[in-house]
Amino acid sequence: MLAFLLLASLPVLAQELTVPASVKAGSSLSIPTTGSGQATFSLLGPRSAVKRNLPLGKAVEVAPEEISVSGRYVVLLCAETCRSSTFFVQPAEAASLAVLVHPSRAPVAVNGAISAVGLRFDKFQNLVLAPGAIGFRFAENGGQVTVLSTAAKDGVAWVRTNSGRHAGPLQVTATVGTLTLTRVVQLVASDPCNLRIKAQRTAKGVLVETEPVRDCAGNPVPDGTIVSFTQTGLSKKDTVDAPVKQGVARALMAASGASVISVASGVVMGNEIRMGGQ
Amino acid sequence: MKFGLPIILVVATVALIAFATLSPTQLRTVGVNTGSAVAEATAGGGTPEAAVSALLADIQRRDWDRAYARLSNTSELSKSAFVRDVAGTAASLRNYASLESWDVQPMHESPNEATVRAALRWSTAVGQIANSMDLTLAKKDNTWKAVWPVTQTVKVPTQVIPVNYLRWDIVTASGDNEWGQQNIDAPHVRIISMNAVNSDTGPVIMGEIVNEDTVPAFVNVNASLIDANGNVIDEESSFDKISHILLPKQVSPYRVDFPGYALDDHVKSIRMDPKAVLAPASADPVIAVLQQQLTGDADGRKVLQGQLMNQSGQVVNISHAIATFYDKNGKVIWVSDGYVDRALFPQTPENFSLEVPGKVAGEVQSYHVVVNQYTIGKS
Repeated sequence: MLAFLLLASLPVLAQELTVPASVKAGSSLSIPTTGSGQATFSLLGPRSAVKRNLPLGKAVEVAPEEISVSGRYVVLLCAETCRSSTFFVQPAEAASLAVLVHPSRAPVAVNGAISAVGLRFDKFQNLVLAPGAIGFRFAENGGQVTVLSTAAKDGVAWVRTNSGRHAGPLQVTATVGTLTLTRVVQLVASDPCNLRIKAQRTAKGVLVETEPVRDCAGNPVPDGTIVSFTQTGLSKKDTVDAPVKQGVARALMAASGASVISVASGVVMGNEIRMGGQ
Repeated sequence: MKFGLPIILVVATVALIAFATLSPTQLRTVGVNTGSAVAEATAGGGTPEAAVSALLADIQRRDWDRAYARLSNTSELSKSAFVRDVAGTAASLRNYASLESWDVQPMHESPNEATVRAALRWSTAVGQIANSMDLTLAKKDNTWKAVWPVTQTVKVPTQVIPVNYLRWDIVTASGDNEWGQQNIDAPHVRIISMNAVNSDTGPVIMGEIVNEDTVPAFVNVNASLIDANGNVIDEESSFDKISHILLPKQVSPYRVDFPGYALDDHVKSIRMDPKAVLAPASADPVIAVLQQQLTGDADGRKVLQGQLMNQSGQVVNISHAIATFYDKNGKVIWVSDGYVDRALFPQTPENFSLEVPGKVAGEVQSYHVVVNQYTIGKS
């Protein structure tokens, strides 16, 4: 009886698999087998499945491209019965960077306005999960540079920083080893500050003009910014929404009696000018 | 038998064509409130009201020869000027409008002179536009004839208007998309005020929205009425009661109507959803809003009247005025809008009038008007 059992178990003992606990993506892998006769080898991965017949007793050569995707793999070796084993394919060395920077435009002088997220990928586009630092360099238009370095956690490294005080392109460069990638955030002027107007009587009416419109950091607001001029008389009112052009906004108001001319841009109010009747 | 149906169809078609041909005016003169028969109205002249109705019927038919023949002041008004005045020019709303109906009401009558108020309703591409005019009539040869008001057009001298052309275009990315490639954020807009009131037609949600960004935005405001369980009762958008293109730092009123509902206990909250996307835009033309004044119109309604002045050198085909009315605390209490059915010619003022509902008219302390403009060939 014992001899029968031993004989019956012989084919099972004949096909054994020995797989490593983990391998790097894209590396060559050789899986030794034991036993004799023919068997069917199957490799089931996160994004692929391979099946082929092979003689037992020789090593199964797994091609690098068959384990290029990181994740858990299942190996099946079936003759009269099946044996299985699992192993993990780890991402290879970082070969590329992806950087997400938000927002694409940010007003100047705002705390925590800019965030940058860095992700490392190997040459097979697997997210590299191994610990490691990513350096972020924020270079302002005016020359001020801020360098932040942060360790990646679960493959993701992120930083948040203030927007600078100078409008213009802010270059965000992420670096890992020899890998660098640059994104650009456009720093734009904030709300107008100290909005002031002056008025001048002309033959056609009253020409009202702003002083150069700037934000509180001294950056000129972009052309096209709307400035609202309002002339309020005793019973009537005139309004002109004029765009800033070449730094100033102008409007021609009627020269009718005593009135008050005021200015606003968005939610920001400017000064008032009292006009006497003529 | 097989020819029976075609014969019936042909006979019915001929009958319908004949009916429509012989009685076109009966089908359209819904505005004649004098009770005059159409034939009489078309002949016109018997009474001041009939004369005005006949004139308006001819205008409705666009029979300019007959309409012009009903005027008494042809010596000071050319036929082409009359047609331009009535039918519009420069691809304005009036160009694509037809006189839908009217009411006439005698205001004054003496043996040889009368005044008749005509309330006109025009069918236009943006819906019905109503206006009224007081027509003076003179009796000549026992026939009443209208004195058509001669529009005093502003004589604009030949001039060169320098324009620093300012425009934003959008270039979309080309080539393969790299993962994580930077895109351009949507413009940042913010609702800066909101007020919900019950009106005669249902709840009205109104307020103002500002483009806080440095690029133009195409904006729309959606609003939802929410019940106690968080379910949406109704969802509406501001449609044309907003200035959709907002340049940087520009403020627009918005109004969302919920016809057929009421702000009662059933409505527990209102969800506002402003949408903004990048849009190509131009900073020109600049349209000034002049001579704004709260006053009463001929029918005794409170209105905000004023003039739109196109300060650029190009014709604006269609303009749309939207006014925000504030109470003494600066709270938005109403948003009113109206299209101007005349084109805005450079440096030429054009009148507008926006109605203020009687309920809020007494509370209005200040107001602000913005102007939408549409020019053929431009966005």
